[in-house]
Formats: sequence, C-alpha cells, structure tokens
Amino acid sequence: MAGRGDIHLALGLALLVAWGGSQVSASEIGDAGKGAEIWGECSGCHQIGPEAKDAIGPKLNGIFGRKAASIEAFPYSRSLERAGRDGLIWTLETLDAYIENPRTFASGTRMSYRGLKDAGKRADLLAFLRDFSDKPRDIPEAEPTARRTLPELPPEVLALKGDPEFGEYLASECQTCHQASGADEGIPAITLWPEEDFVLAMHAYKQKLRPHPVMQMMAGRLTEEEIAALAAYFGTLEE
Amino acid sequence: MILNRRGFIGTLAASGAVLAAPAVLGQTKPRVVVIGGGAGGATCARYIAKDSDGAIDVTLVEPAEVYYTCFFSNLYIGGFRDFESLAHRYDKLTGDYGITHARDMAAGVDRNAMTVTLAGGETLSYDRLVIAPGIDFVDGSVPGWDLSKAEIMPHAYKAGPQTQLLKAQVEAMPEGGTFCMIAPPNPYRCPPGPYERISMVAHVLKERNPTAKILLVDPKEKFSKQGLFEEGWQKHYSGMIERIGPDFGATNVEVRPDTMEVVIDGEVEKVDVCNVIPAQRAGEIAAAAGVTDDKGWAPVNPHSMATHADPNVYVMGDASAQGDMPKSGFSANSQAKVAAMNIRSELTGSKAFPAKYSNTCWSLIETDDGVKVGASYEATDEKIASVDSFVSQTGEDADLRKATYEESLGWYAGITADIFG
Repeated sequence: MAGRGDIHLALGLALLVAWGGSQVSASEIGDAGKGAEIWGECSGCHQIGPEAKDAIGPKLNGIFGRKAASIEAFPYSRSLERAGRDGLIWTLETLDAYIENPRTFASGTRMSYRGLKDAGKRADLLAFLRDFSDKPRDIPEAEPTARRTLPELPPEVLALKGDPEFGEYLASECQTCHQASGADEGIPAITLWPEEDFVLAMHAYKQKLRPHPVMQMMAGRLTEEEIAALAAYFGTLEE
Repeated sequence: MILNRRGFIGTLAASGAVLAAPAVLGQTKPRVVVIGGGAGGATCARYIAKDSDGAIDVTLVEPAEVYYTCFFSNLYIGGFRDFESLAHRYDKLTGDYGITHARDMAAGVDRNAMTVTLAGGETLSYDRLVIAPGIDFVDGSVPGWDLSKAEIMPHAYKAGPQTQLLKAQVEAMPEGGTFCMIAPPNPYRCPPGPYERISMVAHVLKERNPTAKILLVDPKEKFSKQGLFEEGWQKHYSGMIERIGPDFGATNVEVRPDTMEVVIDGEVEKVDVCNVIPAQRAGEIAAAAGVTDDKGWAPVNPHSMATHADPNVYVMGDASAQGDMPKSGFSANSQAKVAAMNIRSELTGSKAFPAKYSNTCWSLIETDDGVKVGASYEATDEKIASVDSFVSQTGEDADLRKATYEESLGWYAGITADIFG
C-alpha cells in the first residue's frame, strides 16, 4: 500500500512539474519584496500600512480602485483634482503611467518625483502597493492582483481548430448559468445555436459591442481557438 | 524552473502516458471519494462521473438526504422563495450518473493508507480524495457565543433549520424591536451575504413591523458592493438600519444569549433577535485530514485544486485557500470543474486543459432591485489571481435592476442543475 502511495505521489509531482511555468495565463504584478525596497523612495512623503496617515502626500492604503484626489481634506493639486473629476481611477495601468512620469500624466501635480523609468522596478513597487489595497477574496470587485497574459497553449491541446472535447470543458463554465437542457428563463438558452451565430456573438461580446457585463467578461478572455472549440461543442449537442 | 515548449510537451506526453497506466493495467476501476455534497463536492462528483463515462468509481460521502443551498437562503428569509425551493436531492447523481451516495459523516482520513473512515465504521479506499466540507466556525470568535447557543442566537450561515429559525424569529419580533447582526471578519463564505440578509430582514420588517430597527455590528472597515447596499438601504429602508463599524467598537463585541444582550465596546444593547455570524475556517474534516494551514484553510495548487499537503487530495470551495476567489457557491462550482478535469486526467489519461475560473454573486436589495459583482481569474504559480472584474453601478434604472434579479433566478436554476444533475 505504501509503495502504491509513493507512485501516486511521484505521478502527482510529475504533473505539477508539467504544469509549472508553462501553463500560466496570468502573471504576478511584480515582486512585492523588491518593491518594499523601492518604497524607500516614496516613504519620505507617503505612508502606508495599518497606522498610515496623510502626510506630505496622501496615505496610500486602498489606493487601488480609488478615484484620483478623493481623500477629503487632503490638499491635492488642481491638476489632480481635475483628473479625479474626469473619472481617473487608480488602477494598475494608471498608477504605472503616473509613477513612470508624474508630470506628463497630471501636469500640475504636487508630487515632486522625477519618475521611475524602469518598468520592472515599477512593477515591483506596484506589487508592494497592491498588498495594501482591498483583497479580491473579500471584496470581489476590487482591482485585479495579476496581469492576464495571452495563454501559450501546447499545440496538441489546441492544434485542432474547434476541438469539441476542449469545447466541452470550456462549456462547463457556461453551464453554471446557461442550462444544458436549454431552459430559457432569466438567462437565455444557448444550445442548438448555429455555429456561425455563436462565433459572431462571442466576438461581439469580446469587442464589447454587445452590452452585457458578465458576457463581456466571459467572452473577453476567450481566444479564437476557444470560441471555435465552444462552437464545435455546442454544435454537437443533440436535441 | 524553466521548460521550453518542446520540453514541456515531452513531459506532458510522458506523464500522460504513465498516468493512463493505472486504469489500463489495474484490475479495478480507479476510485474517487468525495466528502461533502454541496456546490463543490457534488459538482466535482458529477463531472468526474459524467465525463469519465463510468471509468471511474465515484462515492459521495454526505450524511444529508436533502441539501439546502446557502445561496438564495436570504431570499427565503425575505419571503421571495419558499423553503422547499432551496432543497436538492442526490437522486439524479446516483440514478443518472452512477454515483454511490454514502449517507454518513466522514470521521477520519488516513492519507498513508489512502482511506476514509465513516462515522458508522465503514472504510472507503480512494485513489483520489476530494474534500469539500464548506465552513465551520472558529470557537470563541464572538465571546459569549458557541454552537450550543445557536438555538437562541442563530448563525443561519449553513442553510437548513437555522435559516428557518432566523426567519421565524424575525417574523415574531415585537413591534418596534431590534434585530442585531454580528457580521463576520474576513475571510468568510459569501462576501455580500450578510448585507443581502440585512436587506431581506429590512424588507420583512418594513412590511410587518415598520418601527423596528436593525443594528449591524461589523468588524470590517469595508465590504463588497458597499456603495450599492448603502444606496439601496437609504432608498428603501431609510432610517431603519444602523451600521456600527470598527471605529465605533465593532471589533470588541460580546453577546449574552441568556438575557438577549449585545455588548459593543462596553455599551450594553438589549436586542430581540441576534444573528451571530462567527469567524470561519475550513470544515473540520479538512483539518482532520491534515491538509489545512495555521489559518484554518487548505492551501491548494492554483492550477489544479490539489492540496499542497498531498497531491492525491483535492480541496475546493469555501474550505480552500487559493488566492483571490471569494468563498461562494459559484466559486466552488467553478473550482470543482477544474479539479474534476485534473482528477480524470490523472486517473484515466484524459486531456487536461489550463484552468479557468470565474465567479459572479447576485444580491437582492428589495423587490426587483438586484445587483451583481463578478470577476474572472487565472492561475499563476502563486495563487488564483483576479484579472478582471465588474460590479453593478449606483443609480442604475429600475429595468436593469429587475433584469439583474431575473438573471439571478436563471442562474440559480442553472447552477443547481449543474451541481445536482
């Protein structure tokens, strides 16, 4: 019995190794540990952490997802206040641009910082900052904690254009809401759709031409091969 | 470790071939035991049985004959659904998919012998074990409360008789009385759940007992969909709901069930109903199996949902520590499909595809006023990471809110069919 367990363990590890590194379709923002060292360039003016208060610069707890210039009573520059009124939200992308060069981004900002040109160091700093904002586990709408990367799939997994087996797996995600039986209440049926219509609809969601936020999100992450596989699978379903 | 594409394919092909061996050479079918018949466990059992076409022997260990979903149980409290609509049975899983339903509690797991012992004494051996027990409560997290007090101050955070009790208590409140909720600290099952429940209780009281008050004692600074709930409470239940946050002592709370008192930072409040939702941890059997960490949750490989402690043991749903996904029925269902695909691949050599995860949580604030929050997730080597999200907006028009509510009804029908067949 113990011997058998060992084999299982070895197989499990082999699989882990197989997955590791190559199947990742998202990447960490950066190295938060290294970012903590870069933070030394910011901490003269900004505070962060449980005891943080506004100082020369505003405290940076909860910066991700916050509207620019939105801490009441903090004396922001007019330039940054205008950006906030115009709807600037601090996200991975906007913070990255701001840290790269504060003045090109908000020309009258009071943040007297020359900017950080090194994209890798910015990523590390952003990873450090992200740890002090809302956790998606607790607040699902919180800003992302990783960057999506285009999946690099092994060819024998994806080579078949419109692989219905792959489509069947992908379709399991659809069937959380859309019933396999074709029931049509509150959420529309998607069974027995002509393949071409299916592909058109998914691409329209992907490009945000069709308006539904859940479907925009779900289709937005699908590659062309995945949409083809789904269409092939739904095409195989019988009445 | 860096593998180039060629190297990776070689490894995958080789491991695929070896992994297929047990089913090809073995005299008996590979066996999967699933502990827990909720959104995680039942989905995983169903997908393994369904997609392996009988090549894998699946046993579901679940003492209950009828499962009541925690999701939508707030709508029952609010009077929008009847209790029976939350009930789901395992007859399709056993009848249509050939799953064996062991109607017993799992009492222990021997990971060396690869066996599960049931409370009734029976021993089941497994090739892969799925543990999906949901949550248990952290002892002592709300001073004065333990499970023995749940008949006086219900948690109603596992659906069933507790939900019925809380509903009955709300309906029996004296005129102008006080309903109190002690909200849980992070992380807990269903981030918007306590706040949807506050909305549903307010809905009932507005109709039956409009001078009653709701006191929400919350140890957290912020919560999910906060702007939407607060907008809705102002609009529909103005003046009824008071939230006490950590700034006003909500992290220093004691309850006295015998006198129906709540002590908030030294101030004694007399209440009529007290819904205590304590701090949470993975269901006890996960700890008993030795796959949980010092925080009480089971860390898992984000690509597969296999535990770090033992690659033959998978944990999904509320009990897992996977990163960014909220603890919800939707998440558990999503994770279960990834686990099922990987378990089948390991046992029968079927194709395994990269993990995909998603979650959406709908909440009802008042009749036809539904909101939602959702996100999609990808596995990094560190965790399941949020890569995109959306949330309903404040100020949306009534038609959109009604459509969102109707969408949630469609989702409930869809996911329960996906879980229970």
